[in-house]
Amino acid sequence: MMDPHMLEDMDPPMALLPPEPMIRSSAALLDVDHLVMRFGGLTAVDGLSFSARRDEITALIGPNGAGKTTVFNCITGFYRPSGGAIRLNGGRSGSDVYELHHLEDYQITSRAGVARTFQNIRLFTGMTVLENLMVAQHRRLSREAGPFAIAGVLGGVFGGAAYLKSEREGVERAVAWLDRIGLTHRADDPAGDLPYGDQRRLEIARAMLTEPVLLCLDEPAAGLNPRESAELSDLLRTIRDDLATAILLIEHDMSVVMDISDHVVVLDYGRRISDGPPTFVRNDPNVIKAYLGVEHDELDDAPATGSANVSSGRA
Amino acid sequence: MGPSTGGDTAASRVNGDGTSPDDPAPVDATNWPHVIRRALIAAALSASVVVVLAFPIVSHLAKPGQSGALALETRWGLVAGLAAAAAVFSALSQLLSGHRRAVAVRTPTTAASSDVSTFRETIGKVAPWIGLVALLLYPPFVVATTGWAGAIKWVDNFGVQILIYVMLAWGLNIVVGLAGLLDLGFIAFAAVGAYSYTLISIHVLPSVAPGLVPFAFWICLPFAAVLASFAGILLAFPVLRLRGDYLAIVTLAFGEMIRLVLVNWNSLTNGYAGLNAPRITFFGLPFASRTGETTFAEVFGLDLSPTVLRAIFLYYVILALALFTAWVTIRLRRMPIGRAWEALREDEIACRALGLNTVTIKLSAFAIGAAFAGMAGAFFATRQGFINPKSFEFMESATVLAIVVLGGMGSLTGCAIAAMVMIGGTELLRELDWLKLIFGRDFDPTQYRMLLLGLALVVLMIWRPRGLVTSRDPSIALKRRKAVSATLVKEGAG
Repeated sequence: MMDPHMLEDMDPPMALLPPEPMIRSSAALLDVDHLVMRFGGLTAVDGLSFSARRDEITALIGPNGAGKTTVFNCITGFYRPSGGAIRLNGGRSGSDVYELHHLEDYQITSRAGVARTFQNIRLFTGMTVLENLMVAQHRRLSREAGPFAIAGVLGGVFGGAAYLKSEREGVERAVAWLDRIGLTHRADDPAGDLPYGDQRRLEIARAMLTEPVLLCLDEPAAGLNPRESAELSDLLRTIRDDLATAILLIEHDMSVVMDISDHVVVLDYGRRISDGPPTFVRNDPNVIKAYLGVEHDELDDAPATGSANVSSGRA
Repeated sequence: MGPSTGGDTAASRVNGDGTSPDDPAPVDATNWPHVIRRALIAAALSASVVVVLAFPIVSHLAKPGQSGALALETRWGLVAGLAAAAAVFSALSQLLSGHRRAVAVRTPTTAASSDVSTFRETIGKVAPWIGLVALLLYPPFVVATTGWAGAIKWVDNFGVQILIYVMLAWGLNIVVGLAGLLDLGFIAFAAVGAYSYTLISIHVLPSVAPGLVPFAFWICLPFAAVLASFAGILLAFPVLRLRGDYLAIVTLAFGEMIRLVLVNWNSLTNGYAGLNAPRITFFGLPFASRTGETTFAEVFGLDLSPTVLRAIFLYYVILALALFTAWVTIRLRRMPIGRAWEALREDEIACRALGLNTVTIKLSAFAIGAAFAGMAGAFFATRQGFINPKSFEFMESATVLAIVVLGGMGSLTGCAIAAMVMIGGTELLRELDWLKLIFGRDFDPTQYRMLLLGLALVVLMIWRPRGLVTSRDPSIALKRRKAVSATLVKEGAG
């Protein structure tokens, strides 16, 4: 493994961060503040700061091994950060500030309202599509049913009717999402039987049914064909615009990233090397160098216009 | 099996029969010479393995001779018989599988599969109700066919015994079948229930409320359930972070701990000498009375042995308790908590990403499963009238677990059938006297009971690796309930 500081040592301009982005934090939903994550001697994330806004799609990109998924796992509580802070300003309840680095992973979803999907899809394969979406509403359904739910459903007296009503509404919410992702006709099929692209969309729908304020997607377009990628972009725009849920995504497919992101954060060796709107990032010499491993002037400014596939990167 | 035939000759005879004449298909894709050669090789192999294994253990028997010293008796005939049996079995299975493979290649069987699945669904819906009616009518049927004398054997030894295991299996099914947490010490919760019932009814009830002593079982039943589920929670706390093999080992240790406490806490449990548990009463009316109280038979004017009446009453009590367990499980599967159990079995990380607190989900699975075991344990105590730690050894946990695994897919019907096979089968294997006709009068068939049962289990698991029930029934459906194939359902990682 390369020493993370090597590039910095070799190349002084790297240390100068792009001047533009720091003003945006006022309306930020998620604030990542000097996040550090070490695994033994390896520093995977090295003092990373960025923010994601409430009404935006924020993309986290970078070459392989840059630390994107590690950042994701810190935000969603699957790793406990070695240092720094992650704050969510106004989760479900509005004005509260949640310190995500102090919460358990399940509390980050259930209390703060941050939902995630996985790079390798993690559906409940042996349960039907509808059951997957019902499990996602666990918190709401158990709360609505009330403390007497178990006794009520068992006895069929009080609480029983209330639970059946809330279950019916849960099914309606699930069906609304199935309509949105075009899977209503597969509602009673096992989730593991769906084709790959459908499983991706189902996983997003399942995450959305936890009613998050921030949806974190780990490579949602991986393995999708161009048509499915376009559908995914539409779905993500719907989530941002109509459902008022902010999105943070890791993605290698630059056509998707440049198409839908409002704001792109570029990572390399666990540090932020660029931050701004897609047009800014695309032309940023630091980014081009990180991806292609050469000085900017050596290029015939091809990457600046060609939007896609700069992702091959260095070995 | 005759004691004289050599392994290979027997195998080749079978090949001669099974080769072609009874095969109706005119276009037979089976490569018979190839299949027969493989079958012969397999037969020779297994025969020689049997000979090697049998060499000192079966072939030589040390018997006291005339002068009192040990004399060796050789039993080569028996070895040859065993080798022949093994050869025939492996040759047959090779022939069958070779033929079946060829048939499967020839005719892909997709055409009628949808009809078959709807047919199966109908069977799946109707079967439990037929089973329920059969269970309700079982004691009168037994009495009508075998008379009052046979009732003890068939209602108590079979009916009650099997239903106790059905209830235990349905309790464990919540932990293993639904939540996917492997528990090797489940019988400990039955022990907690049994001792709770006995100790409360002996020590607490007579001093607190002497008038209620006849109702001891009904009063103590909820206490047994609650105390057992406390024990379940007690177990769950240390194992919350463990998965798979590690979880299994800790549950095994927990089961042994409970048993050893029962063995060694002499002042409370009386150790191996055990305790006399009060017998069940008909809601206060005793079945037999030594002190001259009015008995059930006197009140209802029945001139019957109290044992028979009690056995029939016990049968209906355990049937009701088992049905209660099934009903609660069915209802809970539709609740958020039941779906969370199954989601936990499928993927724990995904559960946490959806905001499910896996700690409380695991706790609830252990607690509810243990509560049913506690009730079954209390029932066991009142049925036996006596308990000691011998009844709660690891073998019992293993049996209950085997029933759940054999049942498959967290299915209640599967567990019930598996309990009938396992427990009913063990009981039926007591009646092997006909084997004496083959092996001679010295042969003691009951000694081969467990061996035969083990063999049957191995064959069953080869035939149905995921249990008798091969599909999962979804907990909710939008339009039509479709069974989920076993290949998609996870077994749980702990």
